[in-house]
Amino acid sequence: MFRDNLRGIYYIALKDMRIYYLKPPSVSWGIIFPLSWIFAFYLRNPRSFEELVPGLIAMTILFSTTAAEAVVINFELRLGTLERLLLAPISLPSVLLGKVLGGAFFGLMMSALVTLISTMALGLHPSVFKLIVIIIPSLMVFSSLGALLCVMVREVFEAQTLLNLPRFLMIFLCGVVYPIEAMPGALRFVARLMPLTYTVDGLRRCFSSSSNAVVCLDALVLVAFFLIFILPAIRLFHSKFE
Amino acid sequence: METVIRVSDLTKFYGEVLAVDHISFEVRRGEIFGFLGPNGAGKTTTIRMLTGLSRPTGGSASVLGYDVCAEVTQAKRHVGVVPENSNLYDELTVLDNLLFMAQLYGVPRARRREKAEELLRIFGLSDRKDSPFRTLSRGMKRALTIAAALIHEPEILFLDEPTVGLDVVAARSLRNLIGQLRRRGITIFLTTHYLEEADLLCDRVAILVRGKILSVDSPGALKEAAEEESIMEFTFSGEIPGLIEELSRVKGNVRVVSVDFGKVRVYGGSPGDILEAVLRLVKGKGIEVLSVNSIKPSLEDAFIKITGLSPAIMAMEKGGR
Repeated sequence: MFRDNLRGIYYIALKDMRIYYLKPPSVSWGIIFPLSWIFAFYLRNPRSFEELVPGLIAMTILFSTTAAEAVVINFELRLGTLERLLLAPISLPSVLLGKVLGGAFFGLMMSALVTLISTMALGLHPSVFKLIVIIIPSLMVFSSLGALLCVMVREVFEAQTLLNLPRFLMIFLCGVVYPIEAMPGALRFVARLMPLTYTVDGLRRCFSSSSNAVVCLDALVLVAFFLIFILPAIRLFHSKFE
Repeated sequence: METVIRVSDLTKFYGEVLAVDHISFEVRRGEIFGFLGPNGAGKTTTIRMLTGLSRPTGGSASVLGYDVCAEVTQAKRHVGVVPENSNLYDELTVLDNLLFMAQLYGVPRARRREKAEELLRIFGLSDRKDSPFRTLSRGMKRALTIAAALIHEPEILFLDEPTVGLDVVAARSLRNLIGQLRRRGITIFLTTHYLEEADLLCDRVAILVRGKILSVDSPGALKEAAEEESIMEFTFSGEIPGLIEELSRVKGNVRVVSVDFGKVRVYGGSPGDILEAVLRLVKGKGIEVLSVNSIKPSLEDAFIKITGLSPAIMAMEKGGR
């Protein structure tokens, strides 16, 4: 049973990579949008661009994973192919985890690309260990957040629109471009309730001499956020097939 | 004969709407069991409950001895499902769709390609194996969807309205294929609203209307039961206003069903009285009686007798043939 579920998760994620990664909504929201923002910030202020790199990697993770989730879930919901997956001898949570993994792979490719290009171009030397510790749970958090919102609606465009609310809120409040410390107290409190804050904080520490322990603490908070998003997503997904 | 599907008092509510109403039946190994009924009768809902896509509100059901609520994953290993819509992946090729299904169902790596190519041969799709699914004709898509449901060699195949939307030739070839699958020992549970399809294919038929099973028997036995009363078919040169009401007044339990434009069937009553009433009605109206037949009951007649529904309504509801 456990092996069946693992096999299902793996092959669903693999199939999603083959079919959905080059669909227009993945490309526009998951690739073009974050890259455009990065170029815009670079052109505005090339000298202090280095400080923005952690925030921009975090933004890439957020947009690429959630954009991919809208495609891998809502295309299949609309076409009825998701039911085909549910007819296979794998559990319903495994089907959803396969979808979450499919979105996380897409985010991993995009964030690895942005991280590699920006560190090489600017001559930065982040800790690879710390990057892995913070990026992997971040990918799973935002992919599961995407899954939670995407199972609520049917169409891809509805999902992308719904996702924009938390996406833009987090971009402005979680320290991607504007430091949290400089915000009023109430906004700092709201920022602490959002997962992107911990991704940005963890990524900043990857580029500094901060201790591994603090990065691991950020990662632990992100794991908690993953559970907060994935459990109701599974419940909601279940209710769709009651 | 061994029972492979056992359903007892199965019930499904969608909110306040009762979709399946305390149905009970059994399916035996190796037979083709048909679920016959109009759109909205609860056929697809029953298949969804038996295959784990929907939870019953009440009652119980088991497939190959596995409870459909508690042990559905075990049951899925031995069951193939062909939904009403051919829902494979448009972007994948014919072969890749089958290989993906083989991966999902845990067909051993060494057997996957061999099994997929064998099914493509059986279904006459070998020369299209590298074509994307979206480029296939409707009939080919249907055939591939059935092939995908067979990739893990299931013991039971659920077919939901297998020939809906197919042209006459494709539908006939698909029926031949279903017959071949039965000869291979696969138990087939099919839903249909085509009476002739149920008559041609099924060993036993359950007639389902508004979520209730009205009768379960072989098509032959259902037809025999309908033979107890006379059936007369009249063809007129035009429509006769008030015909149905007038004939219904003839003594005996007479029921009149309009089959087509200018064509009616009259069930029950004395043939002599009915003929007399018809001739009286057409007199002076400029309408001719083109033909009068006393007919042997078909499954359609048995269906009408059991349900009181017109088969034309069933065909119209799904844009049937």
